[in-house]
Amino acid sequence: MNPKTTNKIAIGLIYTFVAIVVAILVSLIGYILVTGVPHISWHFLTSKSQSFLSGGGIRDQLFNSVYLLFLTLCLSFPIALGSGIYLAEYAPKNWITEVIRTTIEVLSSLPSVVVGLFCYLLFVVQMHIGFSILSGAIALTFFNLPLLTRNIENSLKSVSHLQREAGLSLGLSQWKTITGIILPAAVPGIITGIILSAGRVFGEAAALIYTAGQSAPIIDYTNWNVFSSSSFLNPMRPAETLAVHIWKVNSEGITPDANLVSSGSSAVLIILILLFNLLAHWIGNLLYKKMTSNF
Amino acid sequence: MKKYNLDENLIAKFDNEKAIVTNSVDVFYGNHQSIFNVNLDFPRFSITALIGSSGSGKSTFLRCLNRMNDSIANVDGNIMYRDVDINSKKVNVYEVRKQIGMVFQRPNPFAKTIRDNVTFALKKHGIKDKEELNERVESSLKEAALWDEVKDNLDKSALSLSGGQAQRLCIARTITMKPDILLLDEPASALDPISTAKIEETLKNLKSKYTIIIVTHNMQQASRVSDYTAFFHSGHVLEFDKTAKIFTTPKIQATEDYISGDFG
Amino acid sequence: MEIKKKLLRSSKETRQDKLGKGISYLSIGFIILLVSLILYFIISKGLSTFTQNNVNIWDFLTKQDWSPSSIGKDGKPEVGALPMIITSFGITILSAILATPFAIAIGIYMSVISPKRGRKFLQIIIEMLVGIPSVVYGFLGLTIIVPINRHLFGGTGFGILSATLVLFVMVLPTIASLTVDSLNAVPKYLSDASLALGATRWQTIYKVILRAATSGILTAIIFGMARAFGEALAVQMVIGNATLMPKNLITPASTLTSQLTTGIGNTVMGTLGNNALWSLALVLLLMSLVFNIIVKMIGKRGSIK
Repeated sequence: MNPKTTNKIAIGLIYTFVAIVVAILVSLIGYILVTGVPHISWHFLTSKSQSFLSGGGIRDQLFNSVYLLFLTLCLSFPIALGSGIYLAEYAPKNWITEVIRTTIEVLSSLPSVVVGLFCYLLFVVQMHIGFSILSGAIALTFFNLPLLTRNIENSLKSVSHLQREAGLSLGLSQWKTITGIILPAAVPGIITGIILSAGRVFGEAAALIYTAGQSAPIIDYTNWNVFSSSSFLNPMRPAETLAVHIWKVNSEGITPDANLVSSGSSAVLIILILLFNLLAHWIGNLLYKKMTSNF
Repeated sequence: MKKYNLDENLIAKFDNEKAIVTNSVDVFYGNHQSIFNVNLDFPRFSITALIGSSGSGKSTFLRCLNRMNDSIANVDGNIMYRDVDINSKKVNVYEVRKQIGMVFQRPNPFAKTIRDNVTFALKKHGIKDKEELNERVESSLKEAALWDEVKDNLDKSALSLSGGQAQRLCIARTITMKPDILLLDEPASALDPISTAKIEETLKNLKSKYTIIIVTHNMQQASRVSDYTAFFHSGHVLEFDKTAKIFTTPKIQATEDYISGDFG
Repeated sequence: MEIKKKLLRSSKETRQDKLGKGISYLSIGFIILLVSLILYFIISKGLSTFTQNNVNIWDFLTKQDWSPSSIGKDGKPEVGALPMIITSFGITILSAILATPFAIAIGIYMSVISPKRGRKFLQIIIEMLVGIPSVVYGFLGLTIIVPINRHLFGGTGFGILSATLVLFVMVLPTIASLTVDSLNAVPKYLSDASLALGATRWQTIYKVILRAATSGILTAIIFGMARAFGEALAVQMVIGNATLMPKNLITPASTLTSQLTTGIGNTVMGTLGNNALWSLALVLLLMSLVFNIIVKMIGKRGSIK
């Protein structure tokens, strides 16, 4: 075969493969939306789930997912910020920094089920916290930390070193230079990273099955007392999230309309995550424009 | 490249008041030595130019004077400022930099408004009074000859300024700290001739209040603005004297070659 | 003199820097502590099968019968994890083999063939594939792939084939995006030179660009495999969860992760049945470390070249 024919075949194959991938994605998203969206109704979003009857909704699961996401970000952002600053600004070039980086890589490559089991062992069992939003948020924090840390580190590093010199040459401390000059300049990247990580956290289930638990007890949305066990804000209650719910109804299979509930829940999950992605791009671009142009 | 005798040098001493004095300053990057035994006295309220080809060590040396090399290189020797060796580990490096400000080669305004660029460091150093801040903004922008161009747009992003304007903003930002000494590292190398002329004009006006040390590879610039000139070569200072003398009757062969363009 | 005094004493800035260093050192210290705790707990708990219950490590790794909660033929519980280990490796390798050509095609398309519009478009596709949560992949596998396999090959439809197909879609974006990065890192003058010498596009891609990006692509594949190996729920939902030695691709099997997710809730802490599951978790942990080491080794070799 002469090179020209080979070239044509090879390039053709590449196009075919790419087309197949695009087709797969389109059909996956299409399938979820086509089967799921018709099931999404006000009733579905606002009524509680059913174990043995059909017609259950996802109100509590949806709220749990959002609440858990909120707590996770509250826990993980400060730690990731501190660590990101350390890696981008303070870390000397030596073997200790190498070890630290490797440690973070190890954490990020641990299967989420292992992170979940560790939290189950330490917090749920040994510390007697039990299946709870708190345990779940801790597990998700561990799961989220390495990526968020790396994102913050990269956002900080992408700010020109000239800005650091400018700050230092004015007699500012390194800390004020970082927090007052570098960090604000890195905000677009950091916000984008947070929203993207929020999408990941929102869809995570393996780390939650044995930490936040698989049950959604009846909660009272009018009870604002965080310490009351029936309050929707109580972090010590077990809380099944939307992602865990999808897994549960499919693997235990006693809900008669499991398929419909899962399609509906999957559609809600996908739509929310797509919104997260869009929001991330949009806010990132907006902030970037705002900072570099006239305002 | 021609070989010059690096041990042959001529360092003039003057009787004027000194702003800053260096005694046998050496700089090492790891094992590599890039500055050798520099002894210079910088007269107060005057402009001293550091000239030399790229890689001659003039910028490295300048950065020693306000400790900007701390995290990149090892600096040996004494740098005496107000009877204090500011090259000592015990010295408060932030105070050093408040007294000895620096403007860099590439304009580096903060991604903030023009006003905030000037007031940012002032606020961090504890000046909260609005009136005073506004006054400082106006006076330093005037000193840097930028006021007329930006006075109506103080709340615009500094990133919207042209290169020359941005560089003058950086000068304003530095002098608003009321430093004693102003270090400039090739401040006009990234600018067009008109902006360069404006910066040079600004420097001449600033001379009455500040001691200015400027690194430049542009010999016309050095001869136009400076009172004293030090010629750097391969990390050594080969000649230091009044600018007029250096440019008309250099004593050292290397200086003469460099100035006449017969160098390298 | 006032300035002299100021120069010689510490100031607000000195304290700020101490505080800032303190905060950032504390955060990074927390992460280090966390990882050490995870390693310590999983390792010590995972080893208790061998130290407390006196199970032979070699038996654990090579025997094929898994029923740690009940007494087997020889009067001892049987803790043979080989079926899960084989299945885990099986689906990992199969899905990586399946995904790699597609990932490379996407990489070439994005970095060489259509680096502007095609790249933006495929970037969105990849991000969306990454964004779909694993339970949704599991659900899709359950409602699309499993029935198709049941229809085509008979049986239940659950099994290694279904798991492989689900994982294929899941690891594809991981491998593809890292492949794109490594292809983009190939300097443009290399391919320009090759094209200028009269090589066809494909010759340039195959002989120059792919060669130069080999270590990057290998790293991408390893990352994809690590993700496949550690994936729990999507696999658990479609593989059938039978702890049997896999005989073919279309009968139910069980992986380390699927056994963990189904088992932990049904066993009592401290019993052999439970400890044996922690040993599976230990195998997972060690494998994830091994993947890390392989990536490091590829990186080192790549940088020496």
